[in-house]
Amino acid sequence: MDNENINDDFELKILKNPDSIYDNFSRKGEGKQSVTHYCGGCGHGILHKLIGEVMDELEIQKRSVMISPVGCAVFAYYYFNCGNVQSAHGRAPAVGTGLSRAEDNAVVMSYQGDGDLASIGLNETLQAGNRGEKIAVFFVNNTVYGMTGGQMAPTTLVGEVTTTSQTGRDPNYAGYPIHMCELINNLKAPVFIERVSLSNPMNIRKAKKAIEKSLRIQKEGKGYSFIEVLAPCPTNLKMDSEEIQEFVEKELEKEYPLACFRDRSSEVESIKRPDSNFSKEKLDEIFNINRGISFKLIDDDSIKPFSIKIAGFGGQGVLSAGLTIAQAACNEGKHVSWYPSYGPEQRGGTSNCSVVISGKAIGTPVVEDIDVLIALNNSSIKKFSDDVKEDGIILYDSHIDDVNINKNVKSIPIPAVKIAEENGNIKTANTVFLGVLSELNKIISKDAYIESIKDIFAGKEKVIDTNISVLDSASKWTRENI
Amino acid sequence: MKKPSPFPIIHKNECKACKRCIIACPLNLLELSEDLNENGYQYVKYKGEGCTGCGNCYYSCPEPLAIEVHTYKRKK
Repeated sequence: MDNENINDDFELKILKNPDSIYDNFSRKGEGKQSVTHYCGGCGHGILHKLIGEVMDELEIQKRSVMISPVGCAVFAYYYFNCGNVQSAHGRAPAVGTGLSRAEDNAVVMSYQGDGDLASIGLNETLQAGNRGEKIAVFFVNNTVYGMTGGQMAPTTLVGEVTTTSQTGRDPNYAGYPIHMCELINNLKAPVFIERVSLSNPMNIRKAKKAIEKSLRIQKEGKGYSFIEVLAPCPTNLKMDSEEIQEFVEKELEKEYPLACFRDRSSEVESIKRPDSNFSKEKLDEIFNINRGISFKLIDDDSIKPFSIKIAGFGGQGVLSAGLTIAQAACNEGKHVSWYPSYGPEQRGGTSNCSVVISGKAIGTPVVEDIDVLIALNNSSIKKFSDDVKEDGIILYDSHIDDVNINKNVKSIPIPAVKIAEENGNIKTANTVFLGVLSELNKIISKDAYIESIKDIFAGKEKVIDTNISVLDSASKWTRENI
Repeated sequence: MKKPSPFPIIHKNECKACKRCIIACPLNLLELSEDLNENGYQYVKYKGEGCTGCGNCYYSCPEPLAIEVHTYKRKK
């Protein structure tokens, strides 16, 4: 509202488009840029104005980020003069979560329709509500998919005719209208839940009060607020303004009663979260990335692709042994690939990985002709021994009984578990094979393996020491016995 | 000094003739034009007097730029 002196006793107040809504809706294409893209009589423009007015009154425009939905309001960013992100169907809660956590001070608003929120986005909506994210949700319920041409929505009334329920919604086929406020009211975290309507001027004013409360909660950082807005869609319901007003008042408000389901805004405190830190330095620290190290790749055509397959059951260190070899090859400036294959089990399933080391770019990480097979159990020997090249080697643990290798290739039993036990940690049996490998094949130096172990187990000094001593013991054993 | 009369300003080219404001006006002071605006719609007109400045037309109008209501308040 503008104030202007008219005379000494009275001042002028003007009810007009709020500052938080643009005064020109510039966009591509023809047509007048001072009217919305909405149909005549649509509820969206009314709700836009109400939200804009509240943004003005609470002085939160500069802090506000509106998430534009998929649906008729997809172009909400034509109208709201604040930060804007356009998200995919139903994904606004995830986008809003990210925004509010990355920008702690942001007032995040998620504007969604019934198809977006109550259908494809239902799970994310409930999860975000359950986490109590700092988001104000404006859920526009007009009982129909508007943008796509009037199909049945989750909120379509029983008996209501749409293009996909041409004889009226039949609950035996399509279930019942979904009541979002009631559903969200089962969650503990939400601060404020209210259903309002845009049916007539009185209800529109009440809707504004609810929006004011909802955005005040966001201004104060108190958590999740959800407003369901019953809105007219005269075009898709094929009604004029009088008919749609009667429909919203008599049928919609009967099925979806207008009520404040919850208001804990005066009981709750602002949510305190540690400051977000997305700096490169912090992320490097979390992911243990040392940008000082640069691997200098050395092309060398004389080093032919060398294939290692490590196989066992999950939990034997199959994948980490492969990673250690791959990291060691990186440290030496070799081309290398690491390619794991495992089932869904964390422990007990079979698992294998393929490592290819080469002096030039690697064509495929898939290993079909194996130079070295490291087999940590008998089934791995059975499964992969046929794939070992004629001049290849099979290394397996000497504990494995009934070893039966059909193919005529060199095979060496290694007392891996025994060496690991002697060094105090049976879990390091996988490292024994690396020690053996470092002696049998000089493509990677032992120092590179040691550096690799330090990288892979960075921050775990004791584990590093044990693995290095296992590596030493294994190479000593190899020199003495093979 | 006498209180000046409130009045709506209707930007006719932003009107889409949905008639929500006509229904919302408690004193029935708005009507649809005979002629068409730039976009080809009939548009809403103020009959000229009687507005109390209640704002119902503004709040029920879906077009943000179509209606303003000018009203006067006694200074405190």
